[in-house]
Amino acid sequence: MKIVKKEILTDNPGAKVSRMEVVSPDIAEKVKPGQFVVLMVSPEGERIPLTVVDTNRQKGTISLIFQEAGLTTKLLGRLKEGDSLYALAGPLGHPTEIKNYDKVILVGGGVGIAEIYPVARAFKQAGNQVTTILGARTKELLILEEELKAASDKFYITTDDGSYGKKGFTTDVLSELLKEDKYGLVYAVGPIPMMQKVAQATQNFKVKTIVSLNALMVDATGMCGCCRVDVGGETKFSCVDGPEFDASLVDWDGLIKRNRIYMDKEKHICNLTIK
Amino acid sequence: MKKEPIKVKELAAAKRVNSFDEVVSGYIEEEALAEAARCLQCKNPVCISGCPVGIDIKKFIYHITKKDYKAAYFTIREKNDFPSICGRVCPAEYQCRKACVLSKKGLPFASAESINIHFLERFSGDYGMKNDLEISSQKNDKFSKFKVAVVGSGPAGICCAGELARSGIKVVVFESLHKTGGVLRYGIPSFRLPRDILDFEIDYLKKMGVEFIPNFIVGKAKTLDELSSEGYSAVFLGLGAGIPSFLGIKGENLCNVYSANEFLTRVNLMSAYKFPEFHTPVNIGKHVVVIGGGNTAMDAVRVALRLQKMNGIEPDASIFYRRTENELPARRLEIEHAKEEGVNFKFLVKPEEFIGDEKGFVKKIRCLKCELGEPDESGRRRPVPVKGSDFEADCDMAVIATGLKANQLLTKVTPDLKIDKYGDVVVNPETMETSIRGVFAGGDIVGGEGTVIEAMGMAKKASQAMLKYLSEKSI
Repeated sequence: MKIVKKEILTDNPGAKVSRMEVVSPDIAEKVKPGQFVVLMVSPEGERIPLTVVDTNRQKGTISLIFQEAGLTTKLLGRLKEGDSLYALAGPLGHPTEIKNYDKVILVGGGVGIAEIYPVARAFKQAGNQVTTILGARTKELLILEEELKAASDKFYITTDDGSYGKKGFTTDVLSELLKEDKYGLVYAVGPIPMMQKVAQATQNFKVKTIVSLNALMVDATGMCGCCRVDVGGETKFSCVDGPEFDASLVDWDGLIKRNRIYMDKEKHICNLTIK
Repeated sequence: MKKEPIKVKELAAAKRVNSFDEVVSGYIEEEALAEAARCLQCKNPVCISGCPVGIDIKKFIYHITKKDYKAAYFTIREKNDFPSICGRVCPAEYQCRKACVLSKKGLPFASAESINIHFLERFSGDYGMKNDLEISSQKNDKFSKFKVAVVGSGPAGICCAGELARSGIKVVVFESLHKTGGVLRYGIPSFRLPRDILDFEIDYLKKMGVEFIPNFIVGKAKTLDELSSEGYSAVFLGLGAGIPSFLGIKGENLCNVYSANEFLTRVNLMSAYKFPEFHTPVNIGKHVVVIGGGNTAMDAVRVALRLQKMNGIEPDASIFYRRTENELPARRLEIEHAKEEGVNFKFLVKPEEFIGDEKGFVKKIRCLKCELGEPDESGRRRPVPVKGSDFEADCDMAVIATGLKANQLLTKVTPDLKIDKYGDVVVNPETMETSIRGVFAGGDIVGGEGTVIEAMGMAKKASQAMLKYLSEKSI
């Protein structure tokens, strides 16, 4: 659980993203693309899920990438190389189903870009033609550009403000691509509004669309149901049934609301604790 | 002259709702002696038949009457490793106390006249704990070469671990959460089971050489096959019940509708009642409705009421139950305590829908009234909803405590492990061995939800079979 390497990927007001390499030989040995771990920074801390971005089996380490959003990710961001996490368990959730779809499109937005990186490499390895679309608010917030470029056959960048790549949203590029060619799968991870837009964009093209959801969790092992989400009219637990689901079936409105359940308390504790 | 049962001292309701301090104080020596003296020492002690692990109740109570508390403690320990825990959480009124000849017959649970066996057990257990009474290990050289893995550190897991460690086996307990104890830690609130009791029992196991590895998910981080190739000669699965049941009604995924597991885990395991000192939040409503009638429901409603008090909210916490008070499956003591603390009970109601506000938070619950119909397969009269009897009640927080389904984390990734249609692990009832040779199981993962003592009973049986299995292996 020792942090052997820490790197700040972007440091902008309201959007600080870091990468950490953490010792955990058992998880490193087992984790597959799409799976996550649950961690605690301190004994008083929360349990939060984070997707595993990369592994180094020789060193027995896993890499995690996180944006400082709430208290726990801010405290995590304060840890330095040599520090240890208080708790780390996994791997959790179903791995991404990796097979040959011929052509796949991966859409990553914000810190969600980190989560599509291992998936992109796995699809590439499975013989897919991988098209990647990355989206960020502005150029400085873009992460893992080189890594994903290397893992992709075709590569697009969009920024909301046009400071880099194409001005606009990932879904603009996605719609154009879908009009021009046939794809076996669209895989998207990012802020909920982005994933929701992806789901809308792909609906007309009848292309299988998978999203990885970032629901709130406590134990993350199926015990509490905090992360439940309505998928196709059925209640599913993101932790053990997901975290990936068919985008066309997700009740986005419900998910957005559930993710805001502790917003007041989160603000309060951040104000108290983070000076 | 018939002697009156000795009442146990308790914290006053008005005081205890402001804290998570233990409610029941337990007998002092004089009280234990007086209660033990009521025991008739029957020739045919039927109370023992009511104990899931067959504690020699007559004998341990006799020892108490002779002030030989040490002997009382060791008598219980022959069958039950954790008397301080079971004396606090056992539903004795459905078990030994119901069988006691002094109890009025024909009731679903023991009447007040029956001997307070659970309080005497607790007295003996606490005596043993305070005086550091140790069970001598029967270390056997033929076992010392073996290493056994126990999966899960709940009641079944720690019981099995203790039994095996005493025979000289190296035991490693794997726990998926960051703290040990399983449901005893995340489920049962500290006002029923103080954490120092649990910590004492777990530390005791550690002193005996049991190793605990938290944050380790067997099945995910390592498979059973891998454990066996790493030198574990046998495995015990105390996986517990896992997935909370929901009602399948409209509005169930609204904010502030919790499963009992989530609500209790936030408060008990993550210490959300100490937010923001502890970082895990929990919301607390002005009108809390807990659905269900078991011990978990009682725990949840009493925790909710305490959180209301501790946050300056006028307490309004209710149990909504489909049947009547007589059918409530919870311990009678918990029901009494809940009433004393001001919990409302609404019987014969069946939730139909949660109604939310524009932000997605629950604000009302719609229910149907019920009547009791014919008995169902459980022998209890079935609640029959009355058409058109809909009513709405204020509810800005709900806790669903209607049971759990099997924990599937391990079974889903272990295809050789035979499970039944409920997802529970299938075992040979004589040995608790699963479909995989050398892999045993007990507790809620076998046969569904039960009590702490039932889990321990299964674990004890499994540990005996495991010793036999290992001794055959060592030849």
